[in-house]
Amino acid sequence: MIRPVEVVERSGTFQLVGTAEGQTLVFSQPLSFWGGIDAETGDIVDHSHPGLGQNIAGKILVMPSGRGSSSSSSVLAEAIRRGTAPACILLERPDPILAVGAIVAEFLYAISMPLVVCDIAGVVSGERIAVGVGGDGAAIVRLQPAISPAAPRRQ
Amino acid sequence: MTLELSARDRSMLDGEQGLSAVAAMKILVAFSNAVGAGSLLDISGAHIDGCLYHGKAGLDFVERLVEGGGRVQVPTTLNVGSFDLIHPGMVKMSATEEAPARRLMKAHLELGCQATFTCAPYQTRFRPEFGQQIAWGESNAIVFANSVIGARTNRYGDFIDLCCAMTGRAPAWGLHSYDNRRGRILFELDIAETEPNDSLFVGVGLIIGQASGDRIPVIAGLPRPRDEDQLKALGAAAATTGAVALFHAVGITPEAGTLDEAFHGHAPEETVRVTRADIDHALARLSGVQDGALLSAVSLGTPHFSHEEWMRLLPMLRETAPARGIPIYVNTGRATLTRLQEEGALDGMEAFGLIPVADTCTYVTSILERLDGVVMTNSGKWAHYAPGNIGVTVAFAEMKDCIRSAAIGHVVRGAS
Repeated sequence: MIRPVEVVERSGTFQLVGTAEGQTLVFSQPLSFWGGIDAETGDIVDHSHPGLGQNIAGKILVMPSGRGSSSSSSVLAEAIRRGTAPACILLERPDPILAVGAIVAEFLYAISMPLVVCDIAGVVSGERIAVGVGGDGAAIVRLQPAISPAAPRRQ
Repeated sequence: MTLELSARDRSMLDGEQGLSAVAAMKILVAFSNAVGAGSLLDISGAHIDGCLYHGKAGLDFVERLVEGGGRVQVPTTLNVGSFDLIHPGMVKMSATEEAPARRLMKAHLELGCQATFTCAPYQTRFRPEFGQQIAWGESNAIVFANSVIGARTNRYGDFIDLCCAMTGRAPAWGLHSYDNRRGRILFELDIAETEPNDSLFVGVGLIIGQASGDRIPVIAGLPRPRDEDQLKALGAAAATTGAVALFHAVGITPEAGTLDEAFHGHAPEETVRVTRADIDHALARLSGVQDGALLSAVSLGTPHFSHEEWMRLLPMLRETAPARGIPIYVNTGRATLTRLQEEGALDGMEAFGLIPVADTCTYVTSILERLDGVVMTNSGKWAHYAPGNIGVTVAFAEMKDCIRSAAIGHVVRGAS
């Protein structure tokens, strides 16, 4: 039986407002941009992080929080300038360091990388997510689970 | 929480004080919202950790503020840059790398920042006083200001320290308020130390940094330090292995006259006993080689050497008189260096291999002539970062052992 693709909608708060769409890259462990991301390529280079070797460019990066040195602001701003940053970052808890990097990049280069705080429970890598702005200024996060016909869920 | 802004904050946002003030205030407001601050507060000074070149975005930001006609609104000191502007030729860098790195330092001066280029602004005439609200970057400076002086700052950094300086404001949250400065975790030192040597303070710093997480550490049983440089070394080590922005040492630091005062009358959430063996273990991890290894250089002054530290080093150099040509680099602030030169204190010292370095630090830029041998240091912070930053092998030791080793040509430590 063909079942319509299920779209789940969650509401969140913007740390930096904007719209974005892309495929999720989900980590349960926070990633430090400083020492963790190569801003030239968007590759994860932190050897202690499970995402080592993956690339964040254009992805919807989902993780519980930010981590580490305030130099992460510069690395994120530089990645946004070079086009190697995520399309959007979803966090469970607000992060001032990532917020500063994203705000500065928008100020300098007019490139928007929305930063959203929302419930990330159950979000898995490979899903499509669209982030939009609600009427009240809230973030609207639409999740479209990856289609895996091999394992259809029961109604 | 909604951020409450003053009339002056609003006038900055509305562009009445120029384009740079708009940018700085916008970023400060966004940051304040992100940390959940309810309002902004006045600061009496700022210290900017923005002069090390990490990429174009950092320079573009400062240039934009310069173009917008911005000036810092409070006395503002600068952290180290990538260059020793006092000793041209000291730093080895290609012309394409050099131009933006130099420009970054100069652009900050055009905003009205002071040309201090030191990681120890507390050694300059801009040292804050007890209880003053400030916005400082640079981890060792932050922990020193909060802990040793009792001034109040959060861990500011990249961009936001400059936004505070450009507006004279900081978010009213975190360590700016008394209630958030109370100790949470107690470290009880169980050591029989008659003479408190420098490495004891480094070792304690390494341990509290590693074990505190985001809780404010309180140290009980710390021997009375010889001077504030030992507390500087402790704080720098704690901010290296962890994110410590404030520590209390009972009976020593200004907000910890008693255990009760340090904990604001509450009980510690956790108590950790620290033995001599724990400290030795932490210190041993700073060294990549055994005694006897061939020495290629000594690096002292991370954080920047104070005038008092120079007064301990110089007699040691004269007495030991190392003559093997092993360079002894000493990082220091340019104001301290000027004072020493005026005093004639450095005359003839180059014969012992002494190379003073100002405005920068030997582990953030290419200064060391040889990276192949072992470099000795008395700094926990340098020992931790230098292997990753510049690829050297490090031996950590007391200052007198570093100088003795330079005279002998290989690593010797302790009574050996």
